[in-house]
Amino acid sequence: MNRLKRSWFARFYRLLPLPATLLLGGCHWALLDPIGPIGEQERTIILTATALMLLVVVPVIVMTLLFAWRYRASNEKAEYQPNWSHSTKIEVVVWSIPILIIGILGTICWKTSHELDPFKPLSSTVKPVRIDAVAMDWKWLFIYPKQGVASVNEVAMPAGVPVVFHITSATVMNSFFIPRLGSQIYAMANMQTAVNLLASKPGTYRGISANFSGDGFSGMTFKARVLSQSDYAKWLAKVKAAPHRLDAAGYTALDQPSENVPVEYFSQVMPHLFPQIVGGKFAPGRMVASAGGSK
Amino acid sequence: MSTDQMIMRDGALALRPGYADHAADALRDLRQSHDAVDFQVEHHHDAAATAQLGFWIYLMSDCLLFSGLFATYSVLHGHTAGGPTPQSLFELPYVLVETMFLLVSSFTCGLATLAMNRQQRNATVGWLAVTFLLGLGFVGMEVHEFAHLVAIGAGPSRSAFLSSFFTLVATHGLHVTCGLIFMAVMMVTVLKKGLTPSTQTRLNCLSLFWHFLDIIWVGVFSLVYLFGVAH
Amino acid sequence: MFGKLTLSAIPYTNPIVMGAVAGMVIAVLAVLALVTYLGKWKYLWTEWFTSVDHKKIGVMYLIVGGVMLLRGFADAIMMRSQQALAYGHNLGYLPPQHFDQVFSAHGTIMIFFMAMPMVIGLMNCVLPLQIGARDVAFPFLNNLSLWLTVAGAILLNVSLAIGNFSRTGWLAYPPLSELHYSPGVGVDYWIWALQISGIGTTLTGVNFIATILKMRAPGMTLMRMPVFTWAALCTNILIVAVFPILTVTLALLTVDRYLGMHFFTNSFGGDPMMYLNLIWIWGHPEVYILILPLFGVYSEIVPTFSGKPLFGYTSMVYATMTIALLSMLVWLHHFFTMGNGGDVNAFFGITTMIIAVPTGVKIFNWLFTMYRGRVRFTTPMLWTIGFMITFTIGGMTGVLLSEPPADFVLHNSLFLVAHFHNVIIGGVVFGVFAGLSYWAPKIFGFPLNERLGKWAFWCWFIGFYVAFMPLYILGMMGATRRMDHYNVAAWHPLFIVAAIGSVIIFAGIGLQLLQVVVSIRQRERTRDLTGDPWNGRTLEWSIPSPAPAYNFARIPVVRDRDAFWDMKRRGVDLTASTFVPIHMPRNKGAGIIMAGFALVTAFSMVWHIWWLAIAGLAGVLVTLIRHAFDDDRDFHIGADEVRRVEGLHGRVHARSL
Repeated sequence: MNRLKRSWFARFYRLLPLPATLLLGGCHWALLDPIGPIGEQERTIILTATALMLLVVVPVIVMTLLFAWRYRASNEKAEYQPNWSHSTKIEVVVWSIPILIIGILGTICWKTSHELDPFKPLSSTVKPVRIDAVAMDWKWLFIYPKQGVASVNEVAMPAGVPVVFHITSATVMNSFFIPRLGSQIYAMANMQTAVNLLASKPGTYRGISANFSGDGFSGMTFKARVLSQSDYAKWLAKVKAAPHRLDAAGYTALDQPSENVPVEYFSQVMPHLFPQIVGGKFAPGRMVASAGGSK
Repeated sequence: MSTDQMIMRDGALALRPGYADHAADALRDLRQSHDAVDFQVEHHHDAAATAQLGFWIYLMSDCLLFSGLFATYSVLHGHTAGGPTPQSLFELPYVLVETMFLLVSSFTCGLATLAMNRQQRNATVGWLAVTFLLGLGFVGMEVHEFAHLVAIGAGPSRSAFLSSFFTLVATHGLHVTCGLIFMAVMMVTVLKKGLTPSTQTRLNCLSLFWHFLDIIWVGVFSLVYLFGVAH
Repeated sequence: MFGKLTLSAIPYTNPIVMGAVAGMVIAVLAVLALVTYLGKWKYLWTEWFTSVDHKKIGVMYLIVGGVMLLRGFADAIMMRSQQALAYGHNLGYLPPQHFDQVFSAHGTIMIFFMAMPMVIGLMNCVLPLQIGARDVAFPFLNNLSLWLTVAGAILLNVSLAIGNFSRTGWLAYPPLSELHYSPGVGVDYWIWALQISGIGTTLTGVNFIATILKMRAPGMTLMRMPVFTWAALCTNILIVAVFPILTVTLALLTVDRYLGMHFFTNSFGGDPMMYLNLIWIWGHPEVYILILPLFGVYSEIVPTFSGKPLFGYTSMVYATMTIALLSMLVWLHHFFTMGNGGDVNAFFGITTMIIAVPTGVKIFNWLFTMYRGRVRFTTPMLWTIGFMITFTIGGMTGVLLSEPPADFVLHNSLFLVAHFHNVIIGGVVFGVFAGLSYWAPKIFGFPLNERLGKWAFWCWFIGFYVAFMPLYILGMMGATRRMDHYNVAAWHPLFIVAAIGSVIIFAGIGLQLLQVVVSIRQRERTRDLTGDPWNGRTLEWSIPSPAPAYNFARIPVVRDRDAFWDMKRRGVDLTASTFVPIHMPRNKGAGIIMAGFALVTAFSMVWHIWWLAIAGLAGVLVTLIRHAFDDDRDFHIGADEVRRVEGLHGRVHARSL
């Protein structure tokens, strides 16, 4: 009997790594394998909150099965109290346990909602890099305002340096999201949102729009490249050397709906392009400045 | 076994042999003397009161509908998109006259209810007719105002502000129009059938509806016109 | 003449759509032919379509919900198979234009035309019986509500054959749903289908509040009401409170699309964010409108099959009311990622979490109802235990999502999709099936086959976990929702597992259809002659099965919670010897006619056939006014007839026969 049990356990333990590799292998759990502090803190919150709730959830599930089985009708041995329906003690306990857990989770919620507010600049000794992101039908345009260059469906950032993304949309609502980096935020026309991120591990990561935006939505992905300082400089130089420029006409052409768009670089960007997109300059009748007749 | 023995059991009336043969009269007497009866042959619900409660609940839901429109207007009234602003559009004296039409109509609607309560059929219809005309005047003035705004290029598609203005005010106007149809139907009903209990219930609902629209209009007048001009 | 409607609106070049259309048309024609062949049109019209009997209306709601479950599930199978296929070079079989319609239709159908009719159907079938009433407060209005819902469902299904459906998700976020980005008729179909059925739902809310407040049997104080009735009261208050907001929101989108206004456009000062706020001010309470009645159902089932009163009735009632109230204060958690700032996000995060407290209390109360009871593992009880396990997990992932920073990475992911299916399938759908198998004897007069019911349960239960646990994992892997295609190798096996899960659920649905057929065929053998097959506790079990047209020959006087249990305990005799005529409302055709005109109006509005829209609207108005002048509204069931019917069920006392 004892031997049998042990052998069963032994076999079980040998099998354990199999599903683990299947599920965890190759860093596939993007959210549990973040590459920056924001994602790491969010992972901690997910794990902490889950663990706290499992403290109640597991007993509840066990009790459900246990009670149902123990007090099954055929079990005449179990106690039966056909009129028992109230116990102040139990009531106090069942109200206070959830209140306690939610109290803790609520405190975490209040603290972290402020700490991880996407608009909040990250504290760092290094000056953050600013990148402007524009959601278009159906691609992402990234503008480097300081360098005066731009790229489509690829964004590069230096490792270990905070990045502040300023985000808008030239079309419908989208959501800017690099899962392994953390925090997404909506991209909305006439509006400017922002998200502060920091990538510490070089590599190429998947970036997406996380809000359905129409037919080309599934192909609206981009490469997020985290590069060492020297590689980042090289990348910028490569973009600077690209043949295309992004002027008003170029932007209007880019603004046409297109799907599964390949990476493209622009060596020069017309000044103040991003604020003009936010202000609705390229969408006639969009904002205050362009008052005209009705449709 | 005697009837009495059968009646009392745990202080309850059980409809047992012997008792049952005494039929309804006995039952009714007993029901009044014992509050421990297990059944009643009939349970009377006040249909008029239920109808009025139902109408009140409907009015509350309508009120929430307007609250949605008021909230929308509050958010969008500054979104003029370079077009006309509230100050430049609204003419208070005109709207004040419009308002008076509705306020007075509410008063005459109340007079109709009073006449109804005194069972005066012709007076009821008469006051309803006056109310109807005043309501019609209100709708007419509103349509005229809208036509004027559209004519000067301040139509509902000009800006988000104007969209929310037209929608809020027109929804109220549409309600008033429905109220007018309701009122016309009620006048015909009263003339044809007289002031029957069911007609009275409906007239009460109509008057609730009409006063409700008056209150909504006070909200519209204050939030849209008064604040609009003041800001 | 016909607005935008031309022959080209019929998508005859698309074999998948045309296949579905052909199937639908054949099914409808088959039903029509069968009814004609059996000569049942008059019977259907006089006894069912025009019926103001809440029990028949309830059954019709349940049929609508059942049919739409099949339609919505067909969409689900299409999504799961598309995502199981469409990896890498394989683009699957659904192009985005079609896939987008499928997921939009799936969500819309399942919420508005499956879950809502099921829930309202159960309320109709049971609620008046539970409170000792002979009908609802406004029987005709009830009929109208039903047909408005049906009209909405028909309109939505017409979109399959004529034109196309919305491609903007089940809530049609602008500006995507605005004319500029969605110029077709799809969004208009969505708007009008929801608008008509939503008005029907609002009227139902008004009706049931008045019913519960005014029609209860003597002695049934509020704190003696069955918990299902309590849950229904809270639900209907929520309906009346928030459905007008849906009406407004849809109307604003309508005027944007039809009259060129600028509520939610990108231009002329429109504000799409306001739509998100408005739609979720309705939308979040809506999920509680769906789940609360089922909490009530579980609260009836657990005591019955545990042979004990519900543990903690009072805290159950307060928990229900707290949930109803809080549900209106949490809408913003649907868009934490809009950049609202820490204070706002934290506020709505915390209010959301607080809902877990009363919900947790409910779970504990059900647990302690089983404690020291005698639990009978009938089908309703299996669904309930399955619910308690599944819903607890769904609740946990829900609270996780209410932490704004966790939501920043999980929002719109498949984790979210798994979460809400976890609570809606595990809570609402399981609850509907639990309630159906529990009350079937009362509704139909015979029970549903237990063995097939249990098999169906296991298919659903296992199928759910196989289908949705992979989605939780996919969400953690960074997979977002609504993708018709993806390029990540690691996701592919999980999508295949999820597809297998949906096939297992499909088997469960098949077994349920079989269960219905078998139960009907066995009905003579299994007929419930007692009226109380489960040893029930509430008033609906005190009358014969199926409930007679007048429900209660005599109105019971309530003296305790679990009124019928109390009567049984005191040995109250259920047979009567004196009968009086019973006053009943008369069947009316105006409801179905008005809904028919509303359907015509809505269809013409979708296609811009203005003259027909006006004609339809005039039809609605004229029918309504004619109905107002109709004085022939009620009749009496004679005392002899009542005696006859009661006699059939052995409810007439021996000496008076």
